[in-house]
Amino acid sequence: MIKLVNVNKHFGTNHVLKDINLHIPTGQKVVVIGPSGSGKSTLIRCINMLEKPNSGQVVVDGVDLMAPRAPIAKVRQSVAMVFQSFNLYPHKTVLENLTLAPIVVQGVSKEEAEDSGMAYLHRVGLAEKFDQYPAQLSGGQQQRVAIARALNMHPKILLFDEPTSALDPEMIQEVLDVIIGLAAEGITMVVVTHEMGFAKEAADRVVFIDEGLILEDGPPEHFFENAQNERTKLFLSKILR
Amino acid sequence: MGDTLTSLALMFSPDKWASLFDNGMNQLWAGFRITFFAACGGLVLALALGIVFGVLSASHWKIARGITRAYVEFFQNTPLLLQVVFLGFGLPIVWPAAGRFLSNAASALLPWSNTGFLMIAGILGVGIYHGAYISEAVRAGIQSISKGQLEASLSQGMSYIQSMRYIVIPQALRVVLPPLTNQAVNLVKNTSVLMVIGVYDLMLSGKAVQTTLNNPGPVFLTVMLMYFAMCYPLALLSKYLEDRAEVNA
Ligand SMILES: Nc1ncnc2c1ncn2[C@@H]1O[C@H](COP(=O)(O)OP(=O)(O)OP(=O)(O)O)[C@@H](O)[C@H]1O
Ligand SMILES: [Mg+2]
Repeated sequence: MIKLVNVNKHFGTNHVLKDINLHIPTGQKVVVIGPSGSGKSTLIRCINMLEKPNSGQVVVDGVDLMAPRAPIAKVRQSVAMVFQSFNLYPHKTVLENLTLAPIVVQGVSKEEAEDSGMAYLHRVGLAEKFDQYPAQLSGGQQQRVAIARALNMHPKILLFDEPTSALDPEMIQEVLDVIIGLAAEGITMVVVTHEMGFAKEAADRVVFIDEGLILEDGPPEHFFENAQNERTKLFLSKILR
Repeated sequence: MGDTLTSLALMFSPDKWASLFDNGMNQLWAGFRITFFAACGGLVLALALGIVFGVLSASHWKIARGITRAYVEFFQNTPLLLQVVFLGFGLPIVWPAAGRFLSNAASALLPWSNTGFLMIAGILGVGIYHGAYISEAVRAGIQSISKGQLEASLSQGMSYIQSMRYIVIPQALRVVLPPLTNQAVNLVKNTSVLMVIGVYDLMLSGKAVQTTLNNPGPVFLTVMLMYFAMCYPLALLSKYLEDRAEVNA
């Protein structure tokens, strides 16, 4: 479903991703872990071309996104992203946040988009907030709306970039619960997070990245109990305490 | 003090008003129509140019940014009066084909006006000039919207244009409206440069009526009120739109 081959990304002289190779089959739940500045966001943003790699191959859902004139916008319709800072549209109501892109991008009818949108709001426990504006919601509620917005595109892939990092501690669990619920389904997921509990519970696979290199790549048990690399051990000792 | 009041009273005496209403109002209304028309044309042009160039100058497209810079700097840093004089009198000499094109456009669009060509020059002048300022306001407005908004909409599969249209510009509008109103009102007032190239706009008509009637009080007060009648609704409209944008924030 997602294939990165020898992907390199530079910001000026800063070599942020170094020959990244990552194949993610359909339905797999991948958690990406690593220290701050290691390139996690850049990596996940290469999957939907919010960052364009300088070299390498990015193939998503069978489409080579590095090819000239690649149908990037088309592929993005089935690759939904949830951001650390929510990025809800503040001038739209909650329900409009969910229906705008399906209507203008996918050509779905307003009724259909609203029906499915309400269903997803239900699912994240916020149906009664449908006519509020994002500023009227708490951080945790906003992030759940952002997840519902992503789902209302009926995506094949869900990308999460630290979805709980901007939240107050008491709101983290309500968002994680929603994501864990999604992980039980067939959808392909890539989640950048520092939530080790989530990684243990929901991930099929943990990728550890440091200074732009993938240092560990395997099932969570392997990562947490059997890490080989010194830097991984150091990172784990800090984060698990 | 008493003298001043007496002469003021004389200046605005009922017979002075009667003289204006009997012998000058028609010409003032004709001037009003010309100014109103020029202002509308100029506003449409300025908004179109301002939005297009503003969006381009906020984009990542280097060539477009270069072109908008040149446009904005050139027109902001030369006098409007000179630009309009050039368009009206210089262009047909320097570039006859363009002059002919504008002449033809004038006779097609404004067959009722014997200074149609100069009016078009004036409309182009104020439109392009204020378009440059509006473009800067639009650029600043767009850049005030966080990058995450553009990224979120792009990540949903919107094109750059769709992201601008549905997400960025509606939010930027709140920031852009005050300077935009400012420009719109200035544009209306600046249509008075038409006077310098001999178009009988409101300003020149006022001057002509005053010359004939020797009646400066009522004539110029009326001219002033007519300008006010065009500018004030723009300010009200902007206030209304601003309040509406506020509610949805
Ligand atoms: N748009 C950019 N321009 C220049 N440098 C950037 C840009 N985005 C990221 N970087 C740099 O690339 C490196 C990797 O950044 P990235 O955001 O991918 O790290 P991260 O692992 O997501 O970190 P964090 O945990 O803090 O989110 C950092 O050194 C960062 O400063
Ligand atoms: Mg990051």
